[in-house]
Amino acid sequence: MNFVRHRLFWPAAILVALLASNIFFSSGFFSITVHDGHLYGSIIDILRRSAPLILVGIGMTLVIATGGIDLSVGSVMAISGALACLLIGDLDNQNSVIGVLLACAAGIVLSLVLGIWNGTLVASIGIQPIIATLILMVAGRGIAQLITDGQILNVTSAPYKVIGAGYTIALPVSVLIAAGMVAIAVVLTRRTALGLLIEAVGGSPTASRLAGIQARRLTIMVYVFSAICAGIAGLIYSSNVSSADSNAAGNLIELDAILAVVIGGTRLTGGRFSLAGTVLGAVLIETLNVTTVSIGIPVETTLLFKAIVVIVLCLVQSAAFRAKVLRRPSRVGASA
Amino acid sequence: MVSKRWTAAVLSGLLITATLSGCGGDDGDSGSGGGDGKLVLGFSQVGAESGWRTANTKSIQESAASAGVELKFSDAQGKQENQIKAIRNFITQRVDVIAFSPVVESGWDTVLKEAKDANIPVILTDRAVDSQDTSLYKTFIGSDFVLEGKKAGEWLVKDYEGKTDPVNIVELQGTPGAAPANDRKAGFADVIKADPKFKVVASQTGQFTRTDGKQVMETFLKAQPKIDVLYAHNDDMGLGAIEAIEAAGKKPGTDIKIITVDAVKDGMTALSEGKINYIVECSPLLGPQLMDLAKKVKAGETVPQRVLTEETTFTPEQAKAVLAERKY
Repeated sequence: MNFVRHRLFWPAAILVALLASNIFFSSGFFSITVHDGHLYGSIIDILRRSAPLILVGIGMTLVIATGGIDLSVGSVMAISGALACLLIGDLDNQNSVIGVLLACAAGIVLSLVLGIWNGTLVASIGIQPIIATLILMVAGRGIAQLITDGQILNVTSAPYKVIGAGYTIALPVSVLIAAGMVAIAVVLTRRTALGLLIEAVGGSPTASRLAGIQARRLTIMVYVFSAICAGIAGLIYSSNVSSADSNAAGNLIELDAILAVVIGGTRLTGGRFSLAGTVLGAVLIETLNVTTVSIGIPVETTLLFKAIVVIVLCLVQSAAFRAKVLRRPSRVGASA
Repeated sequence: MVSKRWTAAVLSGLLITATLSGCGGDDGDSGSGGGDGKLVLGFSQVGAESGWRTANTKSIQESAASAGVELKFSDAQGKQENQIKAIRNFITQRVDVIAFSPVVESGWDTVLKEAKDANIPVILTDRAVDSQDTSLYKTFIGSDFVLEGKKAGEWLVKDYEGKTDPVNIVELQGTPGAAPANDRKAGFADVIKADPKFKVVASQTGQFTRTDGKQVMETFLKAQPKIDVLYAHNDDMGLGAIEAIEAAGKKPGTDIKIITVDAVKDGMTALSEGKINYIVECSPLLGPQLMDLAKKVKAGETVPQRVLTEETTFTPEQAKAVLAERKY
């Protein structure tokens, strides 16, 4: 019974239930075949589609762990994808690998600058995170539209397409990129003191400052990390369809990312965080998206269906709720 | 004090430039105000949110120039208050005809009454207003989304004429609740329901975007054992779906027939390559018709309350022929 009390037991159970429900509607749901030398199947689709949300989610997790929030991630995605596509479109040879890499680097560097902007507003100027990042959330989409001139920018670059739609060693490149970034985040926060410091800042900025932690620098760092993650997610998003759509790219992803973080058990008030939980949350959200289409929920009720699943999930995650409904009065405090 | 005065000076300077460029229109002689017998048309555009809209603006500007109409153009940047201001300006300037593409449906009665009192006829373009009093505007010119859906359905019926095998259709809908999505769905369903062999096996929203179109199609391809036809409410979703179909090792246009609506340049390119089979046009190029209507209402002729944009449909061959001169 010990694993039932694990923080991630309930989200994992819901994920399994969602996946299992697909089998009744689409018999080949779990089949994974090899197709053109890479894996092909619904499960692979879910992983591939989760990649941008996982990236944005782990950045968001660290920001939320410091007690902040980053609403600008969707706009950063749009900007980075738009800049990369603009630069690739200007290349003499769109299939030049170096040119594409430079364009992607430019997108990521610009994201980094935007992260510094967010971090400075929050840490140095002291604006509330929700307001500070709201500025870039609104204005950022304008910047992206300026870059693309309000149009959808198309590119016909084979190397660029690999990032979001390509495969290497039979696995989707986007999933490998996301896994790499998760690994970096885990190593940085769990193998060094960085994670502890971030949790300390989120727990009590004043106490951590008095304890000698450079809270300001740390805060700027997490916003930069979040923006870089969003920038990479933006590249994956635009590469997936070989075009930059500054209106649609990353639209409302900040809310999905916050949901993924919350499902993963990180508290919005800051402090302890779980990267594994966020990854699970992101995969769960995309599984939900695929499931609604796969089992044929009508368009009019799609959002209602998603809402019910999320509400059920949040309720069963609440120890207090479980104690009331399942009549297990003990251990209320244990996992709350 | 000095700095304040400076700011004021700079601001008023900016305002003057803005006003000048606002009235200047395209041919630059706004001062004449129709004194040379030219028809003066005040047009307030929604904004420049998409390639479709940009093409719409260009069409109106170009056809005004070629029809000898003096155009006073104003961009509302997506805000109703800007549009109301622009219309009031047009009334003060005593233009001959006012035309505008309303940002939203409601809240126009007051300003339209002012135009009516000033005896300036109003033409709505591309989007409607929900005023009860239809005497507030002369006519409304724009696309009929239901008709677009019907045209898509009619092609399908004709293409499968004489065959009896069931036809499995998947549909990518636009943004839920948007008029083009609702109407294109209804028009299509209306036509194909006559023949029971047509069956819409799955229908989901692709939000009018390429990414969603691709993702939903990926899932359709795995969930549906057999898909014969894809009907997408716009080109972008169709283009996304093409990528999903190709990734699944199928040939778009051959293994799965594709019908879309809009006929933007990217869609037309795919059509000419045979990846899309049929596109129903939703044209932004209503400039020439608008100039024609403006001249008629100015001359006091009666015009119909509802004028449809001249729109056509495209097969791959037709797409090849017109692709080079496609503006948007």
